Amino acid sequence: MIRIEDLKFRYGEGDFRLSMAALEIERGSTVAFVGPSGSGKTTLLNLVAGIIVPQNGLIETDGVEVSTLSDAHRRDFRIAKIGLVFQEFELLEYLTVLDNILLPYRINPSLKPDLSVRRRAEQLAEQVGIADKLSRFPRRLSQGERQRVAVCRAVLPQPALLLADEPTGNLDPLNKDRVLDILFDYAGATGATMLAVTHDHDLLGRFARVIDFKDYHELDTTPRTEER
Amino acid sequence: MIRTLYLGWRYLVYHRLKTSILVTSITLILFLPVGLRVIVDQSSKQLTARAVSTPLMVGSKGSPLELVLSTLYFRSEIPETMDYGEAAQVADSGLARAIPIYAKFRARGRPIVGTSIEYFAFRGLRIATGRQLARLGECVVGSRAAEAMGLEPGGHVVSSPESVFDLAGVYPLKMNVAGVLEYSDTADDDAIFVDIKTAWVIAGLGHGHQDVSRPEAAGAVLSRDDENVTANASVVQYTEITDENRDSFHFHGDLSGFPITALVVVPLDHKSSAILQGRYESEELSTQIVRPITVMDELLDTILTVQSFVVAGAVIVGLATLASAALVFMLSLRLRRREIETLFKIGGSRLAIGTVMVSEIAVVLLSSVVLAGLLTLVTREFGSAAIRALIRM
Repeated sequence: MIRIEDLKFRYGEGDFRLSMAALEIERGSTVAFVGPSGSGKTTLLNLVAGIIVPQNGLIETDGVEVSTLSDAHRRDFRIAKIGLVFQEFELLEYLTVLDNILLPYRINPSLKPDLSVRRRAEQLAEQVGIADKLSRFPRRLSQGERQRVAVCRAVLPQPALLLADEPTGNLDPLNKDRVLDILFDYAGATGATMLAVTHDHDLLGRFARVIDFKDYHELDTTPRTEER
Repeated sequence: MIRTLYLGWRYLVYHRLKTSILVTSITLILFLPVGLRVIVDQSSKQLTARAVSTPLMVGSKGSPLELVLSTLYFRSEIPETMDYGEAAQVADSGLARAIPIYAKFRARGRPIVGTSIEYFAFRGLRIATGRQLARLGECVVGSRAAEAMGLEPGGHVVSSPESVFDLAGVYPLKMNVAGVLEYSDTADDDAIFVDIKTAWVIAGLGHGHQDVSRPEAAGAVLSRDDENVTANASVVQYTEITDENRDSFHFHGDLSGFPITALVVVPLDHKSSAILQGRYESEELSTQIVRPITVMDELLDTILTVQSFVVAGAVIVGLATLASAALVFMLSLRLRRREIETLFKIGGSRLAIGTVMVSEIAVVLLSSVVLAGLLTLVTREFGSAAIRALIRM
């Protein structure tokens, strides 16, 4: 699903550098990225998603060499193939819950909305327990409910890859489990691959594979990988 | 595109207070100079139209503007009066027709215009209900005045005393309404027209009273000789002219010395007009002749100068408002930076994200332009009527 070779990346400013000789992640696997802040976990998610491009190396996601695509094609690729979940949910305050879930279909013409999409959005909302809140605005939702809306938005286009950047970082224990259940259920049901950045070591037991970035920052070596 | 515009629309609806304030301020700033221009243009046309239809005007020397405004619109300060004999002089010259105007008195705030029957033909005024003036003590009422005062033929209207302290002077005269004029959309709609002699009765220059030669008035007679009877104040003065007492009304003195406020002069041709104007050029005369259109053009020049200052002010305020609006939009884009980043990360196309952001500005500006346009149309349609109503208040 994901193949990285000889990756080198640095931001325009600052000393940060990410180098990775090789990394392969199989289709359908669930992988947790752990490690100290600033070690490059989120950067790697962004590279895999094509949000940023490396200065050197190969990143292949779902058989597509993302870094060689144009900006427009990378956007089309992301909207169709990748579901993104953020720590701060990143819902649009002026849209209702339903409109937030349907957002991907309104911001890129490569996704064609039809009645089945709307029905699927309503079914997803029902599955995660927010079906009665579809017409509410995000400010009138709890933290847990907001993240469930964000997860629904991420999985609505039925992506092959889920990228979650600390998806439970702002949630209480009950909601942590609930949101992770939804993500794992989706991955299990559709065979999607899931990469999640987390600082919560209590959750690592749920992932099939954990990649620790602790000793990886600025080192041109393969990160320590722990298989479960 | 429609899907993306929907997001822009939702943003504006969610922030409706901010949107409304922006739209309102930009609409007003766009409308102000344009609307002002429309109103000034319409007012200019109206003022000019009535002035154009009044070729010349004669009045006492003084402010030409006062003379024109009081004669055309029955407003402004009442100019100094001149002798009615001036009308005969103009008519006798064979150069023009002369229509006297004595617009000094009011009834419930409406001007009472003493004139001759010729005035109605000159202004193209027609009777809507009732009949034309026929007898002393009658009046015909303009359509707006009739509506406002609830008057119709057969009704009455009483002239207001010139001053509440003028106890010994002008008595209120109860006038019979003979007819109501058709709506003309001019100052005539607000006036009450009487024959010039009725106006003089209101002025106290003519009166009717109890016949002192009759026995029942004997108690009021102070002295009597072959030609004169002197009576005290107990003699009954009539305040209404009826069929019974009409014959008792009379004027003391020579009518040619009675006052009028102006003469509307209608020359036979251009040459007559030029000759007449030449005759009034003498410094020694106590009267003046004016071309109303010339006077109104001077007034309009002044108004246009004032308008230029107002428009210049509006433009400066407009620039300040647009700068503020630009600042609001820039701050808005800054506040939405995180939203833009989210849309980008999710995979929003460049065009879609741009459209979502620009739609806020585009919808606000477009709405403002459309609203300003509608306001201008409304102003064009009803502005001058609204201003006239405002002036009448």
